[in-house]
Amino acid sequence: MENLHALLADGKQAVATADNVKALDEVRVQYLGKKGHLTQLLKGLGKLSAEERPAAGAKINEAKDELSNELNARKEQLESAALEAKLAAEQVDVTLPGRGQTLGGLHPVTKTMERIEAFFSSIGYSVEEGPEIEDDYHNFEALNIPAHHPARAMHDTFYFDVHTLLRTHTSPVQVRTMEAQKPPIRIICPGRVYRCDYDQTHSPMFHQVEGLLIDKEISFADLKGTLEQFLREFFEEDVKVRFRPSYFPFTEPSIEVDIDRGDGKWLEVLGCGMVHPKVLEMSGIDPEEYTGFAFGMGVERFAMLRYGVDDLRLFFENDLRFLGQFR
Amino acid sequence: MKFSEHWLRELVQPEIDTQSLVDQLSLSGLEVDKVEPVAGAFSGVVVGEILSAEQHPNADKLRVCQVSDGSEEFQVVCGAPNARAGIRVPFAKVGAVLPGDFKIKKAKLRQVESFGMLCAEDELGLSEDHAGLMELAADAPVGTDIREYLKLDDQIIDVDLTPNRGDCLSLAGMAREVGVLNKVPVASVDCSPVAPQIDDQVEASLKATSGCPRYLARVIRGIDSSAETPLWMQEKLRRSGIRSIDPVVDVTNYVLLELGQPMHAFDLNTLEGQIQVRMAQQDEALTLLDGQEVKLNADTLVIADDKKAVAMAGIMGGEPTSVTDATRDILLESAFFAPLAIAGRARNYGLHTDSSHRFERGVDWQLQRDAMERATALLLDIVGGQPGPVTEAVSEQDLPAVTSVQLRHDKVTSALALEIPAEEIVEILTRLGLKLEVSGDREWQVQVPSYRFDISLEVDLIEEIARVYGYNNLPVRTPRAELPIPPLPEARVSQSRVRSHLISLGYQEAITYSFIEKGLSAQFDDQHEPMALANPISAEMAVMRTTLWPGLAKALQYNQHRQQQRVRLFEIGQRFVPTTDGLKQQNVVAGIICGSRQPEGWNGGSDKVDFYDLKGDVESLLSLGSNAGSFSFVADNQVALHPGQSAAIQQNGQTVGRIGALHPSLQKSLDLTGPVFLFEIELDAVIGGRVSRFSELSKFPESRRDLAVLVSTETCFAELREVVKAAAGEYLKQITLFDVYQGQGIEPGRKSLALGLTWQHPSRTLNDEEINSAVSAVVSALGEKLGAALRD
Repeated sequence: MENLHALLADGKQAVATADNVKALDEVRVQYLGKKGHLTQLLKGLGKLSAEERPAAGAKINEAKDELSNELNARKEQLESAALEAKLAAEQVDVTLPGRGQTLGGLHPVTKTMERIEAFFSSIGYSVEEGPEIEDDYHNFEALNIPAHHPARAMHDTFYFDVHTLLRTHTSPVQVRTMEAQKPPIRIICPGRVYRCDYDQTHSPMFHQVEGLLIDKEISFADLKGTLEQFLREFFEEDVKVRFRPSYFPFTEPSIEVDIDRGDGKWLEVLGCGMVHPKVLEMSGIDPEEYTGFAFGMGVERFAMLRYGVDDLRLFFENDLRFLGQFR
Repeated sequence: MKFSEHWLRELVQPEIDTQSLVDQLSLSGLEVDKVEPVAGAFSGVVVGEILSAEQHPNADKLRVCQVSDGSEEFQVVCGAPNARAGIRVPFAKVGAVLPGDFKIKKAKLRQVESFGMLCAEDELGLSEDHAGLMELAADAPVGTDIREYLKLDDQIIDVDLTPNRGDCLSLAGMAREVGVLNKVPVASVDCSPVAPQIDDQVEASLKATSGCPRYLARVIRGIDSSAETPLWMQEKLRRSGIRSIDPVVDVTNYVLLELGQPMHAFDLNTLEGQIQVRMAQQDEALTLLDGQEVKLNADTLVIADDKKAVAMAGIMGGEPTSVTDATRDILLESAFFAPLAIAGRARNYGLHTDSSHRFERGVDWQLQRDAMERATALLLDIVGGQPGPVTEAVSEQDLPAVTSVQLRHDKVTSALALEIPAEEIVEILTRLGLKLEVSGDREWQVQVPSYRFDISLEVDLIEEIARVYGYNNLPVRTPRAELPIPPLPEARVSQSRVRSHLISLGYQEAITYSFIEKGLSAQFDDQHEPMALANPISAEMAVMRTTLWPGLAKALQYNQHRQQQRVRLFEIGQRFVPTTDGLKQQNVVAGIICGSRQPEGWNGGSDKVDFYDLKGDVESLLSLGSNAGSFSFVADNQVALHPGQSAAIQQNGQTVGRIGALHPSLQKSLDLTGPVFLFEIELDAVIGGRVSRFSELSKFPESRRDLAVLVSTETCFAELREVVKAAAGEYLKQITLFDVYQGQGIEPGRKSLALGLTWQHPSRTLNDEEINSAVSAVVSALGEKLGAALRD
């Protein structure tokens, strides 16, 4: 039994010097395997007397456990070192740019239009669209603008022939909706509109969002409330809002709305009014029973104010360096 | 409408300053566009008299003048062509400061000393006129400060009137508004009748009574055409932007500004016979005051004598019958022309006059006699002469009716969400010139004055009340409404989902013009004749797009010319396609890609995009509606696309879109660096999806077999797939194409396609025999139908 100590000491030495998991496994086989040194000692117990056997057996098992523990500890140590090394080798530069498509973006006009739509959708307005090539009736007549009305001069109209034109506002969509639906009506009509005017501050094509609410007992106060709230929330500022009498043939009273964003300057931002009773009548709605308001705004103007764009022409050049700023 | 603040204050005196007055006008619906001083800022300028003007000894164009300021004489060197002895002119003395902080000092011009400067209008900031010295009246008090003499401490107020407020196109109308807003009285203009001194008269006969229901005429004989229009009138005209011409014209213009009645004066001796107001004969000739010779349309109302048309009614007089220096006798006209008879007519001749502007909007139809008397009195004061009696031709039944409108107090209250006291309503409307009569409980009958063409309904009265009360003083509330749940079709994909999907795929949204150049349109679509605008802004914006591709291609070009090599753009918008069933206005989504597949980077290749990059994007777009299986791609030919890389996108046999490579020759002609790929799909096809439907999951294992088959290069994958599908039995779950190869090792004219076929049974495990027999069925079908062979 004296060589048990020596064996154990040798075994421990072998564990400590094994420098990889494979070498360590060989050590395990050499000492603890079926033919291992310590296992052999156990097998030799049969040569001992029945009295000596239990104590000797216990000692050998003790030695086996001790070596086994050392082996396990060493294995863990080696494995974790190997993992460390592997991880160290796999390190990447996390600051390198990633792979794949970069995100595109919405056009600022759409972005603004969607934002305007979102406000009104959230309070029950539905979005309606309509044709851009319109007839004279829906663009003018049905809006109380008969032929030769001086207000037609306010709309520089693109014509195809005497009856067919490019809509000068999205109001025809309102007319079509009133013709097709019964009140209450709450709609907004976003879309492209066209006027025959081209300079630094006018584009022959631009975008409008118009809104229409028709119900019982809708008053001027409801119009004021709706637009004041909208303007404050759109700009996310406590803008000052001013209502100024104006004239549109399809509303009575008609109003232009100015805002002051804190610099003491009034900027005209939208036109609105109470729907003219003739317009209601022409679309088959009884003006004694129902009243309503309508409003319209230029999307480019709102986008310019919101994002600080100073040149209208940028919107339709589609320069990626411009468009990319609204991602 | 431009006018002098002084003039306005002659008629109404609110105790507010200019700024408050201007704000008040704007907030009552008479939007003030501009306020500017009538003259520049200057001082030290007096009325000077040129006593003598001698030629400058050393300069041809200069004169040496002796100028009096009433107490002293000064030597002034002057270059104005009209500098001459005897005239009175503005004299800026040494020490004067002219606009632009220009100080007048003693100077020497070509060795001659000069003490001060004689001024033209522009030098005092009165106008742009620099033709010569500003000549003042012969009786201008020498030595008086010019600012005081010309009453220059005044503002010009420019009001941008909306077309409904023709009643404010005069000082009297403006004064009435200011009176209402400030609750102060308004002076009326003196229009008392001038007694006739002679019997001469011209009869007018009305032949087109609906267009001209009232025509007043008056003869004035023996006027002195050489008389000068008085300074006060010239100045008022000038401040309204009207140049003084001669006293007769000036007086008619003055009355137009003061009362709003356009008038006209004829040289009586050029008229032949009596006056008729009639419609023009088609192509009847008339030479207008501006020298333009026009051929009249039959829809134009004219003033004529027995022989010829002498004026375009309400628009412009004729040249041959106009008042000249030689005129001694005149015929004055003051008429009412109906707005509908004038509207649009001036524009048809390319004209827009102060007169047509007013008649189109509506002139007070009871104003003609007052205006005639007012003009007569002013004329007699200036040019003398003897007036005849006023003759009036009138067709009562064609005059506008006196409008009476019911006004219910309750309607006012509900429209404005505010109970305005009855006294206040009455006060506002009465000051506006309306007459109220109580016609029931909380109800009035309101008579509208003849100058208000914009009031015919109760809402028009409510607007007046609200406007004067002040829109900003009215209450504010949030609308209340019933809130039914709206329909929300689940099968439908929202437009914003389509947009955000493309954005996630790296596309930037563009918005291009709906109208494009005609030639460009034909290059992209030779199947449709685009709708052409009758009045395009330019040739580049002349026809309506039948596809969004030209706009996107131009946007690509714009960016490539600015060093953007990698471009991915999309647009959603309408295209306008004329078809045999009429015009189709369709929303489509279209896109264009060009440049490298991946953004330039450290790890990506610099491979350029190809057809399949775009097709993959389009396929993912088409799967948004859970309906991808309903679409197929069929080889196609389209003028704008590469004939070998072009497909129609079909759904249920209908073409709903196109995809392909831009035709290399078109790419070249657009100066684009390629290759460029394009797609366009009807938006309805993309957003119209279906609601998902669950199908049972199989608990049994899948079996997969891979096959590599050789087929002719002509054979397209879709054909092969159909054959495989038909032969593989009902439990075939999926066909995956995992390799396409042609080249070395494959005989020419053939290609190798590697397919992974997956089978699965819903309720049991498929055995090898079953799979093997399915595979052989596939192989033999491919052999029979497509001449395909398994690759070794």
